[in-house]
Amino acid sequence: MLKIKDLKAKVKSVDKQILNGVDFEIKKGEIHCIMGKNGSGKSTLGHIIMGNPDYEITDGQIYFENEIINDLPTNERATKGIYLAFQNPIEIPGVTLANFFRYTTKKFYSEDVPYPKIRKQIVELLGKFGIPEDTMRRYLNEGFSGGERKRIEAMQVLVYKPKLAILDEIDSGLDIDGLKNVVKYINEYVEHNPDTSIIFITHYSRLLQYLSPNMVHVMINGKIVLSGDMSLAKEIDEKGYSWLENSVKT
Amino acid sequence: MEDRSVLELREMAESYKYDFKDPYLYKEVFEKGLDEEKVIKISKIKGEPQWMTEFRVNAYRVFISKPMPTWGNTELLNKINFDDIHYYVRPEEDHKTSWDDVPEYIKKTFDRLGIPEAERKFLAGVTAQYESEVVYHSIREDLAKQGVIFTDMDTGLREYPEIVRKYFGTVVPPEDNKFAALNSAVWSGGSFVYVPPNVKVSIPLQAYFRINAKNMGQFERTLIIADEGSEVTYIEGCTAPVYSSQSLHSAVVEIIALPNSKVQYITIQNWSRDVYNLVTKRSVAYENAKVGWIDANIGSLLTMKYPSIYLLGEGARGEIISVAFAKTGQHQDAGSKIILAAPNTSATVTSKSISVGSGRASYRGLVKVYKEAKNSKVNVQCDALLLDPESRTDTYPVIEVHQPNAAITHEATVSKISEQQLYYLMSRGLSPEEAKTLIIHGFIENFVKELPMEYAVEMNRLIALEMEGSVG
Ligand SMILES: Nc1ncnc2c1ncn2[C@@H]1O[C@H](COP(=O)(O)OP(=O)(O)O)[C@@H](O)[C@H]1O
Ligand SMILES: [Mg+2]
Repeated sequence: MLKIKDLKAKVKSVDKQILNGVDFEIKKGEIHCIMGKNGSGKSTLGHIIMGNPDYEITDGQIYFENEIINDLPTNERATKGIYLAFQNPIEIPGVTLANFFRYTTKKFYSEDVPYPKIRKQIVELLGKFGIPEDTMRRYLNEGFSGGERKRIEAMQVLVYKPKLAILDEIDSGLDIDGLKNVVKYINEYVEHNPDTSIIFITHYSRLLQYLSPNMVHVMINGKIVLSGDMSLAKEIDEKGYSWLENSVKT
Repeated sequence: MEDRSVLELREMAESYKYDFKDPYLYKEVFEKGLDEEKVIKISKIKGEPQWMTEFRVNAYRVFISKPMPTWGNTELLNKINFDDIHYYVRPEEDHKTSWDDVPEYIKKTFDRLGIPEAERKFLAGVTAQYESEVVYHSIREDLAKQGVIFTDMDTGLREYPEIVRKYFGTVVPPEDNKFAALNSAVWSGGSFVYVPPNVKVSIPLQAYFRINAKNMGQFERTLIIADEGSEVTYIEGCTAPVYSSQSLHSAVVEIIALPNSKVQYITIQNWSRDVYNLVTKRSVAYENAKVGWIDANIGSLLTMKYPSIYLLGEGARGEIISVAFAKTGQHQDAGSKIILAAPNTSATVTSKSISVGSGRASYRGLVKVYKEAKNSKVNVQCDALLLDPESRTDTYPVIEVHQPNAAITHEATVSKISEQQLYYLMSRGLSPEEAKTLIIHGFIENFVKELPMEYAVEMNRLIALEMEGSVG
């Protein structure tokens, strides 16, 4: 599904190298977790997969379904089936959630599906994720609480049905019940759509207790330094990251 | 020629014995350029009463005596060559364009908007007339039963000379500005509307016959009189681009809202991209009357248009809602004028402009509050949206207040679309153009809400189309 080879990237504005040679692979239908301390480069990796213009790839390749997508415009990545739930969703004043969905769903639904039907589905989904219908009239992310943003970002997986969903820190800003709820519907979705690949990005392990990932990766300093199964997550939970940092340096 | 007295002119005018079949006479009138004699001939060909001929001649003199405006886009204005313009076009010859001459982007837009074949040819100036036949006649009959007069201005002058004479040129006198003077001298076409006391016209006039040759003239002249307690909505223009072989368009619209009446005037201007659209629109509102200008400027090369409302009677209200859309090469110089001259009057102005590429949108606004206007209120809100780094917007507000207890607010905002906003929307599958269209959609939503349903739908489609690289 997605394969990343020796990916190096920098922030354009400050000319700062952030990714220092990431190697990563996720297959169809797999669930992976990328863990790592704040500032280790997890979100940057997600944004580079999505094509954020703030960053520049200086080396390496990103393959999506065996095609190099390094230079593909963001919208084409999206319509090919990559979805990124932002850690910090962007506010767009003036654009209501209703208008937002009216436009974006056109890209993912056949023309034969009438919009009122899509809208109904969206309102139902929002309800499942704990967002009241009148939010549709509010401006996208403007003044939304951290929790509301996360719920809406996560819920869009069920709207666009991507092949690969990257969920960046959906656990931060959500209380425990909110988190359980979100994870429940994501898991349920994956059960019904077993070909979906999902990458959970998090720096807490509390999220992991609700998931059963195929692999867990640890990112330090812009590199994936260790990959393993759930036991790796448990180890991090107990010992933190510092033992890894030390072992990596040597 | 200039110093000839009005009396002499009158004699001269009367001495013309026009044989309407005289090809020489026609030839002269239809030639490019303008002089006093031509103005008189235009009036005579139309068989107008003497007072109108004099009105035209006087206006012509004002026109030549007035310098070009020294503000606005003077660079573009000074390119107008008045000698190279046809001032009167024989109605049946107005549409001599061949379909092959119609620019490709206009044909494409017709396609995408789904304009019917017959309408397309008309809009492109290929065929002379298009009317929405059946509907047209029955509605006209309904209106007539209520005593509503709705006709083209030339017919109005012929059939209702007293009403026309009483109001024509009273709201926009020729002296107002150079282009109002030019229009007054050579006007042709436009609409004449009179709504009798307490009659409420339930359908927007013109919405059902929006394609009507006589209303799309180069120097059209519209006069709307809403008598006491009446209500009427008038719609001008359409979203489809209007192709014209004439590059100067200078209309005058006058609205008289008598006590307790309500008038709403909706314009959707989408002239082709080479047109100068220099328009004077003004209304007067008497006691408790309400006037609204809903104004969208999408096409043209340069538009200069500042709909005005004079609140002359106690409790009169005004509302101006406008949208200007300036793409690369275009300058939309629009705005508003609100004059409060009576107690308890109020007005709101909401102006939205969108600049794309190197497009330029300007807002020019005047609020003037006379001493008489106690307890008056004006709110002006100007919002500009810049889509590209080279896009441009300017605001030139003038506020003149002679009544200390008047409450005046003026707020202006400029917003840009950030790269991260675009990226976020693109991450949900939208192309940059679609993302911008979505943002514009939200930005002008309050305007679109004011439009009748079918216009609202078309307006949204048109904006989407305008944003596509392929068009324009
Ligand atoms: N747009 C940016 N401009 C400047 N610095 C950035 C930008 N994006 C990320 N960084 C820096 O790159 C490093 C990695 O950030 P990030 O990918 O957000 O880490 P994580 O998601 O693992 O917490 C941090 O030091 C952060 O400050
Ligand atoms: Mg992060």
